[in-house]
Amino acid sequence: MGLVYALIAAGLSLIFGLMEIVNFAHGEMLMLAMFASFWTWALWGLDPLLSLPLTAGLLAALGWATYRGLVRFILDAPMLAQIFATFGLAVFLRSGAQALWGADFHLVKDPLVEGRLVAAGVFVGLPQLVASGGALLAFGLLYLFITRTETGLALQATAQDRQAASLMGIDTQRMFALGWAIGGACVGVAGGLLTTFFYVFPEVGAPFALLAYVAVALGGFGNVPATLAGGVVVGLVEVLGGLLFDPSLKLIGVFGLYLVVVLWRPQGLFGRF
Amino acid sequence: MTRLWLSVLAIIAVATALIGAPAAQPKEVVIGVLYPLSGNAAQVGIDCVNAVKLGAEIVNARHQLDVPLARGEGLPGLGGARIRVVVVDHQGKPDLGQAEAERLVTQEKVHALFGAYFSGVTQTIAQVAERNGVPHLNAESSSPALTERGLKWFFRTSPHDGHFSQAMFDFMRDLEKRRGMKIKSVAIMHEATQFGSDSAKVQEELARKAGYEVAVKITYRDKATSLDAEVARLKAANADVFLPSSYTNDAILFVRTAKKLDYSPKLLIAQNAGWTDPTFVKEMGADAEGHITRAPFALDMAAKKPMITQVNELFRKTGGRDISDAPARAFTGFMTLADAINRAGSTDPEAIRKALVATNIPPEQLIMPWTGVKFDEKGQNSGVRAILQQVQKGTYVTIYPFELAAADVVYPLPAWKDRK
Repeated sequence: MGLVYALIAAGLSLIFGLMEIVNFAHGEMLMLAMFASFWTWALWGLDPLLSLPLTAGLLAALGWATYRGLVRFILDAPMLAQIFATFGLAVFLRSGAQALWGADFHLVKDPLVEGRLVAAGVFVGLPQLVASGGALLAFGLLYLFITRTETGLALQATAQDRQAASLMGIDTQRMFALGWAIGGACVGVAGGLLTTFFYVFPEVGAPFALLAYVAVALGGFGNVPATLAGGVVVGLVEVLGGLLFDPSLKLIGVFGLYLVVVLWRPQGLFGRF
Repeated sequence: MTRLWLSVLAIIAVATALIGAPAAQPKEVVIGVLYPLSGNAAQVGIDCVNAVKLGAEIVNARHQLDVPLARGEGLPGLGGARIRVVVVDHQGKPDLGQAEAERLVTQEKVHALFGAYFSGVTQTIAQVAERNGVPHLNAESSSPALTERGLKWFFRTSPHDGHFSQAMFDFMRDLEKRRGMKIKSVAIMHEATQFGSDSAKVQEELARKAGYEVAVKITYRDKATSLDAEVARLKAANADVFLPSSYTNDAILFVRTAKKLDYSPKLLIAQNAGWTDPTFVKEMGADAEGHITRAPFALDMAAKKPMITQVNELFRKTGGRDISDAPARAFTGFMTLADAINRAGSTDPEAIRKALVATNIPPEQLIMPWTGVKFDEKGQNSGVRAILQQVQKGTYVTIYPFELAAADVVYPLPAWKDRK
């Protein structure tokens, strides 16, 4: 689960690092990704795993559109306006989904990968294993992209200093839009992977987004590999906390850790600034 | 500037008064209806609102049904007054439920409150009703504490988790006798809002009384993103009977997780909520096979009660699906309230309350398998009867009490590897 949390968080982290905007509609984008993979399955019988590229592409387009249509106008607006804008988008997407598809729960039946592995008395669900692998793979690709390609480096440069980057001839507007598109794609992949074993309904995003925020804050804002570590820590603390102590207290562990880290290292465990 | 605003406000006030006046001309009874129309239980709330609207429609227009007030138009006791419902969404949040109830009472001037599914929300609404002296009828919240407080203005038509849990333990005892087997331990898992907590408390008491060991009692926060740790605990405890109290989304996640971790108790008896949501069986398919849930309503009893089919037909027209447990209870509760207001002969709150206390609806006028609707001194319907249903071949089948059963119990639950 940690790896999936991390992948959701990656998009959030990337967008924040790039333009210091917290995307409150992130959970809703996840919800749309899950609906997208549910509908491709329901209408065309395409397994969520196979429709991953499609979902990722759709969400990337949505991310791009969000930037062009909304975020572009609030880049230099006060913090409060930015929060309201993305929060408003979240409410709009959630209510829109309920109006369009109803409030019912949906599940993908007979997914491609089903069953479980038993190793040394430990049960691991195969869909979860595939999801973890997929999340890790997507993470690797993302990491390679931002550190090894010219566009990726330009993206990082924009994140470090917007003005200096534009002086160097980098089209920052394009970079921002790209950042949103990549953020969307990450959520798209995460949503597709989640759909193989989680139910889909309009309010599904919020709890995941909450954990993603914690993962981002733990790892350090704007730092993508650190977000991976943050997500894994959240997932581990959640399960271990539930096993060792009372399950009702498992989130106390997660949020307690979060508080300690924020107090002790406000920049996050691996944060730079 | 201020003067300008004041005059604008004055105009608005006059205008609303003018618009309001003709609407009040034909006498009408206003009922404030509170349900979760967004959030995790939105679908259940929407179903319940459809049931309430159907109830109002049946009262306001002429219908050939045996439910109270169906055969006339409007409420004869109030000179044919119509019922108007004001529906609000509390999103499953107790604080919002309270605020909306306040608004309904003070702004919309409702004559009675109705709702609100979640026990935790019903509780805050009941307090508003109590403070303002407005009758509050609840049809589906099952926390026993709601009627144990001795509120003066609160009435509940549905059984509570005390009744339901009693039925579960009666069933276990009868099953032991019937099959000559022995149940030693139970495991309880419940979500942490009022519904789950109170349900688990009753079950723990009953288990102790019945001499069953409570192997493990797990509390979890609702809307969980993962139940791995919880299910791992249940598996380790390995009790004979598993008793969950969960709303729909957690119920779905639980079954998926149980499948993943290969957890299957011999008997699963659920405290309704998630397990009677029609979505649950539809989406879970074979994975829910053999699960037992308590229910106050059963569609398969239509053979014994033809009225169930008639009401279901009408419900399908507005609701778009079969009437299920929660909307059936909402319907019954609403008809009870309408019946009381009619007998009160006025919209005076005290008169309605007195009429509610005097309620006596015979079983023939109900779509429920109950012995009637009659409130005890705490405002709890004493005519309730809880039944247990099991998912067999993809639909709910009544299995207990044995004299009402449509099929025999499947026991034990098949292991995951033996399914399908």
